[in-house]
Amino acid sequence: MRAGPFWAWAATVCLCTGLAQAQETNETEKLKQQLEETQRRFEQQQREMRESFERLMREQQSQIDALKKRLETHSTNAPPAEESARATPSQTPASAPVERPWSPTEPIRIGTAQAYMGISFDSLFAVGGMSKPNEVQLYEPGGHDPNRNGFTVQNLETVFDGKVDPYFRAQANIVLQLTPDSETTIEVEEAWLETMSLPWNLQFKAGQYLTQFGRLNTQHPHTWDFVDEPLVNARFLGPDGLRNPGIQLSWLIPTPFYSELFFSVQNSAGETAYSFDDTHGGDFFLGRQDAATGGIDSMSDLLYSARYTASFDLSDENTVLLGGSGAFGPNSSGADMRTRIYGVDLFYKWKSRNQSVGFPFITWQSEWMYRRYQAGAFQFDGDGDGIPDISLPAETLCDWGFYTQGSYGFTPRWVVSLRGDYLNGGMGAAVPTVDNDRQWRISPALTWYPSEFSKIRIQYNYDRFETLGPAWGIWMQLEFLLGSHAAHRF
Amino acid sequence: MRSALYRLGVGTCLALLVCAAHAKLNVVATLPDFGSIAQDIGGDQVKVTSIARGTEDPHFVDAKPSYIRVLNQADVLIEGGADLEVGWLPPLVNSARNAKILAEAPGHVVLSHRVALLEVPMGQVDRSMGDVHPFGNPHYWLDPFNGRIIAETLAERFSQLDPPNAAVYAANLKEFDKRLDRKMEDWTKLLEPYRGTKVVTYHKSYEYFLARFGLSLAGTVEPKPGVEPSPSYINGLIPRAKEAKVRLVLIEPFRARKTPAYVADAAGATLLVLPQSVGGNEKVKDYIGLIDYDVAQIAAALKESK
Repeated sequence: MRAGPFWAWAATVCLCTGLAQAQETNETEKLKQQLEETQRRFEQQQREMRESFERLMREQQSQIDALKKRLETHSTNAPPAEESARATPSQTPASAPVERPWSPTEPIRIGTAQAYMGISFDSLFAVGGMSKPNEVQLYEPGGHDPNRNGFTVQNLETVFDGKVDPYFRAQANIVLQLTPDSETTIEVEEAWLETMSLPWNLQFKAGQYLTQFGRLNTQHPHTWDFVDEPLVNARFLGPDGLRNPGIQLSWLIPTPFYSELFFSVQNSAGETAYSFDDTHGGDFFLGRQDAATGGIDSMSDLLYSARYTASFDLSDENTVLLGGSGAFGPNSSGADMRTRIYGVDLFYKWKSRNQSVGFPFITWQSEWMYRRYQAGAFQFDGDGDGIPDISLPAETLCDWGFYTQGSYGFTPRWVVSLRGDYLNGGMGAAVPTVDNDRQWRISPALTWYPSEFSKIRIQYNYDRFETLGPAWGIWMQLEFLLGSHAAHRF
Repeated sequence: MRSALYRLGVGTCLALLVCAAHAKLNVVATLPDFGSIAQDIGGDQVKVTSIARGTEDPHFVDAKPSYIRVLNQADVLIEGGADLEVGWLPPLVNSARNAKILAEAPGHVVLSHRVALLEVPMGQVDRSMGDVHPFGNPHYWLDPFNGRIIAETLAERFSQLDPPNAAVYAANLKEFDKRLDRKMEDWTKLLEPYRGTKVVTYHKSYEYFLARFGLSLAGTVEPKPGVEPSPSYINGLIPRAKEAKVRLVLIEPFRARKTPAYVADAAGATLLVLPQSVGGNEKVKDYIGLIDYDVAQIAAALKESK
């Protein structure tokens, strides 16, 4: 690069020398000396450049050799060679890791870079039986609970998650299930996007999502501590949980502790709004059939819900998370009939400050819910003789229920748990029905996690229904998780 | 009245601006080791909070909601990267609603990006290999040279985020490097006689430390990363350790002592509980102190067992 100016200069010098032939010899001599001097300098510069280039090459070669050596030691799984310590004491930051092209045999999500998608597949199977084989689905009302004596495919869930762009994060949970008749069903459990950096601590979520109500409702079955769903969740929020398309706004409140407020508006129709505008497929619900009140006529026909939650670190090792929720919307028992559900929940966790693979720990989780169901007047003439066989007045049905459960991870990978369920039944119901019956259940369970990606669980249930009587069941559960599954919230 | 209110408003705004200009950088580090170096580099100009404790398993920290609030107010988030915190950090960042610490924002520092990681798997990654990290072994901070890289990265990033104090960060970095260099000489001298000594560790937590100081790994108590040892595996490990003349069994403070103690006893080695993080025991108060303590422990144990 330096040659250009040099040659130009040299040419000028030559030209000058030619023109100045007549001049005195000592001047020619001087010019000659200058020329030689310049040439010498030029050669030296070239030499230096070549040397520095070669040095660079040598350094790079030695780095490549060192890396090769390291690779060899890894492929043979041998301990790192002693000289590797001496070979890499470069004190400058190493260059960024080498980018490798992705191949289909590698995990989909490489790196935490945006626009990549995490894909995982989670399977939950149950096997076991209960003392009343024909009433399994009455005693196990949850949509992902064991549904028959023998084997049940509880939940085959494919999860896609990732950043959409610099503004949104999204997740979709597509669930496959087998009915007791081995028919495959598909369910869009969730499919939503969420903002990442709105001002004023706000966050929007839109799409199909599980309503922020209590603790368990937003959790997917594979994270539960038991084989089946708590009774109160199944009865009040529905076998498949409370979820529908809608939009949610949440605000992280600037308090010294964590506290957050959620507001959500969702459709109130369908089987995933169970205590609300669900037609229940024409079946009886709390003694009545769907009154065919029609679609959404006004804003009040939507499902509104709110939740406040706060968390405190009682000490280094003890944390509590408290919450209060409410859901409000129309129901299907008559015009202008409405349902309100209120809930309070508590989660406490102790985790040792010396935890290894997350153990030991103790958790205690409880949710209490209260439902106020305005039921319309209902008459049913089954035999068509003009005289109603069933005649129910308009009434307000109030019931409540709770579950409380504790888990103790006593040694790495082993957890023992105990849960109690209680439903008080329909106070003031004109006709007691199975779906507002008093019921309780006690369930001890033992879980072994071979790794974070699999578990084997055994659970015993002792159930008592006021009208159906006592029953017991023993269930085993197996889970496996493939792929890259996003970490869970506390 | 109106103008008084206006003046009050302007005054408050100005006061807030002045406060903001003088506010310290609010730095949140995932591990206390990164927090300690951040404190050394940031000095009085930063306020540092570390999420994980030095006594616990860094892969299995709880995503406690209180950290959402901490991250919500952070100017800088320092994470180890290489999937070290993948089990608990993402949900916290997603809930924090803080644009400053989102991925790719200048306030989000991923330290592993500049470190040459060991044990980067070349073939297919498969979970039958245990918790193999596709990016390589993420326990790199126990090599003081990587500590130096961490310090450089942080000084650079702090200067970028807080240019008026760039000179302070540069000076602190110089001071940190000087202290580290001085110590490095001592450490190398102290462990020089034991170069090539064979050790067994529980998890692959000490790879970088061993490589730096010329100790050599002859096996791990867990058969694969994150996998609990079975009795038959342990019965196979002991003769191998004996044959290799293993002199130390190193475990992190949070591991159960029983199995590693048994291995050490049977193989004629010394069991050493070696903090892998700042705060791993009450004597280990900062990053240089951590390496200092670990080097001294190993040298003492090897001297004694000679």
